[in-house]
Amino acid sequence: MTTRLIMKHKNLVLLLIITIFIFGVFMGTSPQTFLAPDIYQAFLETVPFTGILALGLTLVLVAGEIDLSFPSLMAFASFGFASVVLATKSVLLGLITGLVTGIAVGAFNGFVTTRIGVPSIITTLGMQFLIRGASNLLAAGRARSLQCLLENPLCNVFTGRLGGILPVQAIWFFSLAFVLGLLLFRHKFGDQVLFVGDNPRAATMVGIDVRRVKTYVFMLMGAIAALVGILDCFRLRTWWPTMGDGILMTVMATVFIGGTSMFGGEGSIAGTVIGAFLVGSLEAGIVAAGLSGFWTRFVDGALILIAVIVHTILRMRGE
Amino acid sequence: MFLVEMRNIWKNFGHVTALRGVDFVVGTNEVVGLIGDNGAGKSTLIKILTGVFPPTKGEMYIKGEKIDWRHYSVREAHKMGIETVFQEQALALKQPLWRNIFISRQPTNFLGFIKVKQAKTQTEKLLRSFIGFTGVGIDPETTVRTLSGGERQGVAIARALYFQADLVVMDEPTTALSLQESAKVLEFISKIKEYGKSCVYISHNIADVYSVSDRFVILDRGKVVAEFKREEISRSQLIERLLAYRERGRLGKSDSGNEVKK
Repeated sequence: MTTRLIMKHKNLVLLLIITIFIFGVFMGTSPQTFLAPDIYQAFLETVPFTGILALGLTLVLVAGEIDLSFPSLMAFASFGFASVVLATKSVLLGLITGLVTGIAVGAFNGFVTTRIGVPSIITTLGMQFLIRGASNLLAAGRARSLQCLLENPLCNVFTGRLGGILPVQAIWFFSLAFVLGLLLFRHKFGDQVLFVGDNPRAATMVGIDVRRVKTYVFMLMGAIAALVGILDCFRLRTWWPTMGDGILMTVMATVFIGGTSMFGGEGSIAGTVIGAFLVGSLEAGIVAAGLSGFWTRFVDGALILIAVIVHTILRMRGE
Repeated sequence: MFLVEMRNIWKNFGHVTALRGVDFVVGTNEVVGLIGDNGAGKSTLIKILTGVFPPTKGEMYIKGEKIDWRHYSVREAHKMGIETVFQEQALALKQPLWRNIFISRQPTNFLGFIKVKQAKTQTEKLLRSFIGFTGVGIDPETTVRTLSGGERQGVAIARALYFQADLVVMDEPTTALSLQESAKVLEFISKIKEYGKSCVYISHNIADVYSVSDRFVILDRGKVVAEFKREEISRSQLIERLLAYRERGRLGKSDSGNEVKK
């Protein structure tokens, strides 16, 4: 039974081994950093941002699509949040505005992709430029100070540390991973997402509305991008027009390292969670080891290639 | 009363007329073989029957009830007991058997969460009782891509019968299969008959159609050109008739001037 369980989740087991190995190396090269709790607390504070986005992207990939617009959407949706908060002093209204913006952009991505038939890689590429430009125009390229968030009682829900130890973002990350895992693997909606990504024709034939399911997934991704943008506003108490810049590749790397396939129909939420910590810790580990920051990219790249090659080989063996 | 009765069905795709006034019926506990050349309109007719798309014109009755095309869909067809095993198999290859068997009909709680355990036990039962997959390393967690072509068809048919289908529609189920695998599928079809259900069986392979069907309907360029009961005609006669229609079809085409190259 246990061997079967391991075989079934061999990708995940392997990923765990790689992660433990890499952390082991870091502990060896810089024990004063990696054997102290501080760095792990720091990871729990920073990793959830890419991690939560990666959870959303996992679902998009499982549905057989891709979304490149979420980094810009983070900025765009949270600009809505920031503007409304500054204008009305109501964080709740701001939250609603931000989330609705995210969902609306997601719905538009879904519409153009599924109803008009533009491949999602192109739709969301265009959207990424469009809303980045839009937020720059609307904000006139300037940042927004959100110090007022500190006075809000909701502040503790979105930033800070629970009991002074556990960063709240990490709780958001783990709960979302749990909820999205349930949604994908235990809910009838997730069942449809898996089917749609695996074989859209078959899905249509068994009566699934493929376009609707995909659109819902884009909307979910939009909501997630908005949430991460808002979390970032709370953390920095500032809205930046360049928010999310450069995060795309990190998030994609996370998802692929986690073992989610580019071809749809299969994915791993647990893999994404582990992948997020792996990717998120590399830079710190490399710098702490005394290597130059240039090594980060190199190691990132090597890791991604190794991970996807191994995942692909394991998958072929499974057939 | 017929199980399914289709009257004067027309279907246009743009300027192409795929069906020209087809009448088609299926009786209770009857296996109907639907035969015809490529482009005769078999698949189009079947897709209308199973709710994939509506006809341009025509009426359909299921168990005597008139179908309102505006509300007819694959889902609605399922509800009325019509199940399909399509040419392009409606199975998701990377998913385990239990997801494939129960797709879009999973047992769920009030929040829509799947009762996974229940789905798996029922799949297990189904695998044993209907498909006869026992002890060969196939269980509810097996992914479909590891199954052979015949086994996959078995899963699709089992799925249909499990959901109390009165009519199982099979579109070219043996095309991609070896002889041995085809034999399995034919066995599954005889099971449909044993279970007291009906089947519409579409195939190019006359030998297969002949061996399992009670009645044959020949389609040619969007029209029903002939219909025989099994006892009225021998296998070789059926093949002869079919070849004759095919030949006539070819002549007809060159007459119309569409293919006057040479």
